[in-house]
Amino acid sequence: MTEPALTLKATGRGRRRLLANRFAEAAAVAAATAAIAVLGILVWSVASRGIQALNVDFFTKGPALFGQSGGGIAPAIAGSILLVTIAAVFALPFGVLTAIYVSEFASRRFADQVRLWLDTLNGFPSIVIGIFVFTLVVKTAIPVLGIGRHQSAIAGGFALAIIMLPLVARSAMEVLALVPNQLREGSYALGVSKWQTVLRVVLPTSFGGILTGTTLAIARAAGETAPLLFTCAIAGNAVDWNPSHSVQSIPLTIFTYSESADPNLHTQAWAAAFVLIMFVLVTSLTARVLLDRSRRKLGLSR
Amino acid sequence: MLAPVEAASVPQAGSTVGRSRGLRDRLGDKLFYGLTAAASLISVLLVLAIIWRIFKGAWPAIQHFGLTFIANNVWNAPLDQFGARDLIIGTIVTSFGAMLLSAPLSVAIALFLSELAPPAIRGPAATLIEMLAAVPSVVIGLWGIYVLAPFSAQHLQPAVSSVLGWLPVFANGRDKSESTVFTAILVLTIMTIPITSSICRELFLGVPQELEEGAVGLGATRWETVKTVTVPSVRGGVIAAVILGLGRALGEAIAVTQVIGNFIPLQRSIFEPGDTLASRVANQYQGAITDLQVSSLIYLALILLVISFLANFGAQLIVKRFEGKLQGAS
Repeated sequence: MTEPALTLKATGRGRRRLLANRFAEAAAVAAATAAIAVLGILVWSVASRGIQALNVDFFTKGPALFGQSGGGIAPAIAGSILLVTIAAVFALPFGVLTAIYVSEFASRRFADQVRLWLDTLNGFPSIVIGIFVFTLVVKTAIPVLGIGRHQSAIAGGFALAIIMLPLVARSAMEVLALVPNQLREGSYALGVSKWQTVLRVVLPTSFGGILTGTTLAIARAAGETAPLLFTCAIAGNAVDWNPSHSVQSIPLTIFTYSESADPNLHTQAWAAAFVLIMFVLVTSLTARVLLDRSRRKLGLSR
Repeated sequence: MLAPVEAASVPQAGSTVGRSRGLRDRLGDKLFYGLTAAASLISVLLVLAIIWRIFKGAWPAIQHFGLTFIANNVWNAPLDQFGARDLIIGTIVTSFGAMLLSAPLSVAIALFLSELAPPAIRGPAATLIEMLAAVPSVVIGLWGIYVLAPFSAQHLQPAVSSVLGWLPVFANGRDKSESTVFTAILVLTIMTIPITSSICRELFLGVPQELEEGAVGLGATRWETVKTVTVPSVRGGVIAAVILGLGRALGEAIAVTQVIGNFIPLQRSIFEPGDTLASRVANQYQGAITDLQVSSLIYLALILLVISFLANFGAQLIVKRFEGKLQGAS
């Protein structure tokens, strides 16, 4: 009892160290909680303000006339579907072919180069890509299809495709690299040529992974606004599936409504944001789960 | 699969079958090689094409204003006078402000996810934080206008300026404006945290367990282990992760233009409206009338491209050097 040094309670320097440790741990927990809370508050804000405006009209009708309440975003939904489809049609083949070249044919040095350039492309501000397509397609005439010299869904979809390309290519490279080499070797041993091996063995094995990678890229492209500002912004108020016309889109609708003075449009913006955020979160969450699973499957079979 | 068997049983016919198949294979291989090589070449050339077209589009403005464009501070469409000075400053202030907030937070989050959190909540927590990156910027901007900006104007800004108000940067805004540079910084912080923290998390997970165990064995607390072993051993990667987040913040146009107020000349306090390069470009999409204005907007995009190119390239160089060092050490 007379010797306090024998207690297990830390004193002096040890106590300070423990306190510092506890403080740092608390800070880390607080930071992570705050980040998750921000996501929660964000989704809750959008849901609580947007759900009230969701009804059948919202999905089937065009915007209401000025001052009237109600109306919907059917043209924007159709436009977004059209734009993302065009983007996927451009980006998917280019992305997958690039990935095949890098993983099956290229030397390691060249593969590193392609990766570097794709990362650079991925790092470009999306508004710059919008401007690029603007100078390329909107300002200059393209003789085919009559898509030049004005904004169009093709121009917008092309801009979104440039956003998607590095995402599709990088995720496809990752999945192709996971395909076990024994499968390729087995195919060669049977006398199958390289291109047949890639088409019949490598691609089918990695099909799931490539698909989910593409889905993630689509979720990203569906929410992009900046590339569309200069390429596909000024559009009519009706549902329009003509790719050579400029069409409405969900992100751009949210953008213009959010800056308008009409409170009815604010409600519409929240509802559109709810639709968009649900689409993006559900698709990217599903894709992520599937990607993890296919990665694990490929990883195990190695 | 049946072809070799046929070839073996009927040697006469087999040779021609073999030859045509060989031809098809060789042709197919060549075509396939060409196709994939062309695709990757185009992907690479796309980067150069973007730089070239932006430069070409900006050329009339470059000829007209020269480099004084960077130093000038007017944006007067009717008079055809344009300059970028305060937009460049605004871009740098907002991105670096966001980086100052998000870098420590991201590292803390990454440490929580890699070292602290119980295994059962690690995965879900990491996924949730990555989902924050999936939220479209226009939605974050909408939320920024109607939820974050009023909250910040009523609570955060008065609180900060009551403590640090003696610094002109934090002086209270004159008219209690909701659209401020500060709100833009907050929005950019939210957008960069998931990027930086998820890279940092992977880096921390990659630190060899033995190193950390060694520190713990020597009696270090968890914090001391992290401070002296985990973070220093991946320092280059952490810096690169922060710069990648910075790149995102530099180029963000939509969310920033929604909350920042689109106002130049830049005020002294961050609790006043401002503007950035990307935000100005996004904001003028319907208003550009004269060719010179369009070209000046593209000039802004060119400046933005150069800044973000440098940032990204810098990050990649750091990563390369860092990886080289790791390989050299092991």
